[in-house]
Amino acid sequence: MTQSAPHPHHASPLGEQTTLVASLRRVYALVLRYWYVIRSSWPRTAELIYWPLVQMLMWGFLQSYLAQTSSFAAKAAGLFIGAVLLWDILVRSQLGFAVAFLEEIWSRNLGHLMMSPLRPSELVAALMAVSLIKLLVAMIPVAALAYFFFGFNVLSLGLAFAALFANLIIMSWSLGLVSTGVVLRWGLGAESFAWLIVFVFLPLCCVYYPVSTLPGWLQPVALALPPTYVFEGLRAIVLEGTFVGHLMLEAFALNAVYFAAGCATFAYFLKSARINGSLVQMGE
Amino acid sequence: MQKPTLQSNGTLPPPVTVRGLRKVYNDITAVDGISFDLARGSITALLGGNGAGKTTTISMLMGLVVPTSGEARVFGADMARERHKVLHRMNFESPYVDVPMRLTVRQNLEVFARLYGVRHLKARIIAAAAEFRLAELLDRPYGKLSAGQKTRVSLAKALINEPELLLLDEPTASLDPDTADWVRTKLEVYCRDRAATVVLASHNMAEVERLADRVLMLEKGRIIADETPAELIKRFGRANLEEVFLAIARRGAESTEETPSAP
Repeated sequence: MTQSAPHPHHASPLGEQTTLVASLRRVYALVLRYWYVIRSSWPRTAELIYWPLVQMLMWGFLQSYLAQTSSFAAKAAGLFIGAVLLWDILVRSQLGFAVAFLEEIWSRNLGHLMMSPLRPSELVAALMAVSLIKLLVAMIPVAALAYFFFGFNVLSLGLAFAALFANLIIMSWSLGLVSTGVVLRWGLGAESFAWLIVFVFLPLCCVYYPVSTLPGWLQPVALALPPTYVFEGLRAIVLEGTFVGHLMLEAFALNAVYFAAGCATFAYFLKSARINGSLVQMGE
Repeated sequence: MQKPTLQSNGTLPPPVTVRGLRKVYNDITAVDGISFDLARGSITALLGGNGAGKTTTISMLMGLVVPTSGEARVFGADMARERHKVLHRMNFESPYVDVPMRLTVRQNLEVFARLYGVRHLKARIIAAAAEFRLAELLDRPYGKLSAGQKTRVSLAKALINEPELLLLDEPTASLDPDTADWVRTKLEVYCRDRAATVVLASHNMAEVERLADRVLMLEKGRIIADETPAELIKRFGRANLEEVFLAIARRGAESTEETPSAP
């Protein structure tokens, strides 16, 4: 049992430290820290938008060209643009999560956070919130560009878009948890893992082509990944005008498993880092 | 405010109790079964050469490193398993850990004040800024400050929650003598006014002589001396703590097999 000694004048007592309000306050504090970083540097904000914008322009013009030369492409207007938008949601959200964590190591601030009353679950909640903020900063201009340049209105997908979006975000957080866990355990030597992990999903999740395109032996792998159902669902909406609900439900079910696995992986590597001392010697 | 829980003998329990604390990394023993208590309001220096086990001991006191065996309790909480019960009553400062460079001083203090649940946040930041001569620097990015200014920010951060236990890892490393003296005075005043307990790891023997009322000398992860600086100097028959440190370090280098003892 902990001693109930006199408390400092300015810190809240233990009872207040353990409430949900206190927990939210700590999450807010960390989100505020990342927001200050984003706000302090316009090149950083521009960097968030740059790649999604370039991707959108390239795939948008390619689709425009194909629409002139192919009846399928003409019929499938918005397929590539929709796919690139959704793919960027997955990529930007995962990178937003992982890079926010990497910033703590780059700035040698992780020790301060780990020594503060911030709990690991609160750190994760803050990283999730920051990934969403960064995603919105990046994707709102890109979605606007898709509408004004190529006539693709992502909001016209309605509630279906909410389901697609939610599935991708949850998957990005799972990947973020695994990649930051790996960095916690192995330090900045594993930094490239945090940057690259998501790209293995580009061919496997069938972003730009249906699952049936993959060789038979690879299809079960694709179908074990939640984003595959999202991109299949997008194609059903764009090509057939139907929202296939069971695809989203399957994606949500898989995401529940992946997110639980991500949390367990993060917790395991954090525990491992406290055992082998890598929290104290965070670096390469 | 909660009332302190007294021991059966009517005294306050020690804020830090360490029993049989041991840490082994692979086949290297960093800390080898040390035990000690720290009295409330005391300043205890951990001394020892590189690799003596100072940082690992402090890390275990903070709960950042889990001991292989034994336990470190802070305000009664086992730091390996229940550190979050007491972290809001502690803080630490080290030149090897920074606060975010791009954030201004004010933003950094605000973020940490919120993390520690500090009440009257704005007033506290202004008071800390005044106390650590940071008022003019509040809106400057931390990364653009000089080493001395950064140390003042780190100290303001370390004291933002008015901790009852303060862990300091070489708090004046790389500071000019004037700034270092200023920092030591601030620490002395804080500990005297708040009856805070301080653990200080330092290679600056003059600093230890001035600040510490107890020295735990570590060698190869073991405590080889546990006395006041004056007692240690007297027992070793030296002029100052630096000479004591050198005598121990050189003896250790000459004979790794011998059990350490006073001359």
